[in-house]
Amino acid sequence: MNTVANPIEKRNERYGKYVDSVTPKTGTVKSLWHSFWIGGLTCCIAQGIGDIYALIFPNFSEDLIVNITSMTIITLAILFTGLGFYDIIARKGGAGCFLPITGFANAISSAAMEFKSEGLILGTSVKMFTVVGPVVVNGVVWSTVAGILNLLILGRI
Amino acid sequence: MSGLTIHKGQNCQFTQTLAPMKRNNRKEAKQTVFFTNPVHIVTANAVVGNKEAQGPLKGYFRRIKEDIKLGEKNFERAEILMFDEAVRTAFNEAKPIVGDVQLLISGDLLNQMTTSSYVARNLQLPHLGVYSACSTYTEALSLGSVFLDAGHFDTVACATASHFATAERQFRYPLEYGCQRPPYAQWTVTAAGCCVLSSKGTGPLIKSATLGKVVDFGQNDLSNMGAAMAPAAMDTMCALFEETGLQPDDFDMILTGDLGKLGSDILRDLMREQGYTLGQNYHDCGCLIYSVDQNCYQGGSGAGCSASVINEFVIPRLCSGEYRRVAYLATGALMSTQSCYQGETIPCVSHGIIMEGE
Repeated sequence: MNTVANPIEKRNERYGKYVDSVTPKTGTVKSLWHSFWIGGLTCCIAQGIGDIYALIFPNFSEDLIVNITSMTIITLAILFTGLGFYDIIARKGGAGCFLPITGFANAISSAAMEFKSEGLILGTSVKMFTVVGPVVVNGVVWSTVAGILNLLILGRI
Repeated sequence: MSGLTIHKGQNCQFTQTLAPMKRNNRKEAKQTVFFTNPVHIVTANAVVGNKEAQGPLKGYFRRIKEDIKLGEKNFERAEILMFDEAVRTAFNEAKPIVGDVQLLISGDLLNQMTTSSYVARNLQLPHLGVYSACSTYTEALSLGSVFLDAGHFDTVACATASHFATAERQFRYPLEYGCQRPPYAQWTVTAAGCCVLSSKGTGPLIKSATLGKVVDFGQNDLSNMGAAMAPAAMDTMCALFEETGLQPDDFDMILTGDLGKLGSDILRDLMREQGYTLGQNYHDCGCLIYSVDQNCYQGGSGAGCSASVINEFVIPRLCSGEYRRVAYLATGALMSTQSCYQGETIPCVSHGIIMEGE
């Protein structure tokens, strides 16, 4: 077995190295710049919307302003997804588009749209979390861990 | 028609006779089947999406769908409709020449080959569903030629289809999900192609079929199909040259299925290592179908990619006598999304056929 496997492994390793050397890489500086300005712009727009809300409703608490701003941004992201151009922005924006809350909204709404053809229950409802499932699961698991650590080390809830 | 230059082989000019092909026995030609009886490609056509019709082969495609959803309620239905149109058009074109089609061999990329089966459901004739991912078309053509050569059928139709939206859903993410693709990714072609082969009639001949081995060079990146498939193309191409006794220059065109730009560059390097230099007559359907400014990264892929290029671009040229001998090797990556997530590498296969003008 070993005598057969070895030359093939060697060949595969050599081929892998060769492929790595010829495969075009994503330009780091360019991608960073695009995600920086697109992500930054998203946050600036959100901040602007928040400030406008604060001006219109001066008696709202800061928490409430933050919440309705997030809701507005989420709605906009879902609207853009539905109209079909969020993915075009995200192709350029990369992490600048999926890290803000808009990315999460896009991931859920795109899956919901995609699987609508199988019906509202077996399609949309079942498959809606296919993309964001890992985010939700890890969010819950790691925040639980953080909560327990917080309780054990700092002794407060 | 759109600034596309296709170079031909050096030895294979109009006035010269074609280099003779060996006709080996099974002992020497382990992978190649030579057809002694005529297998004509009577008619071939393709239905393509709008994006494909805007590429370098603009003007060659006759049946173009502006809306890739075709007004249907989902993309799967649209794929079926496209496939159906391609098959029915081929049937209708072939009917006055060679009569009714007796067997349909078809395949597509979706699970359980639903597109093919739903199309065949309405046709009421014997149907073989075949799958070898993007090399399905050559597999179908090889099988069809064998049936004709042996005299079991007189007229066989071979068809494949792929659709960008349905392939995206099956192999990747939801359509509207904003994710970045790496620069070495490829774009699934929205196209359906069907051709009718017959032992009667006229048209280019299929002379031989080289059946590929499954080759795995340990690649496991689902996005980098070109690098995974190039070794399979190399393996079959070497067998094809060796067993037919032909050299790369004996062909007007050597065409691979959908290696894309990266994959075809890798194939050139691999072939050079094997002692064959692929000249300007080597092309890749994935590179031919999309231009650089269409944002399709390394080019097209999918079962419909090579089917549409072969049917609408190469076969008409074989008919007119512009090309006299073409080698066509489609390549397919035989993984599933599960197998790759389970840590398996990507096995690939490539089947090659040699077509000659009449």
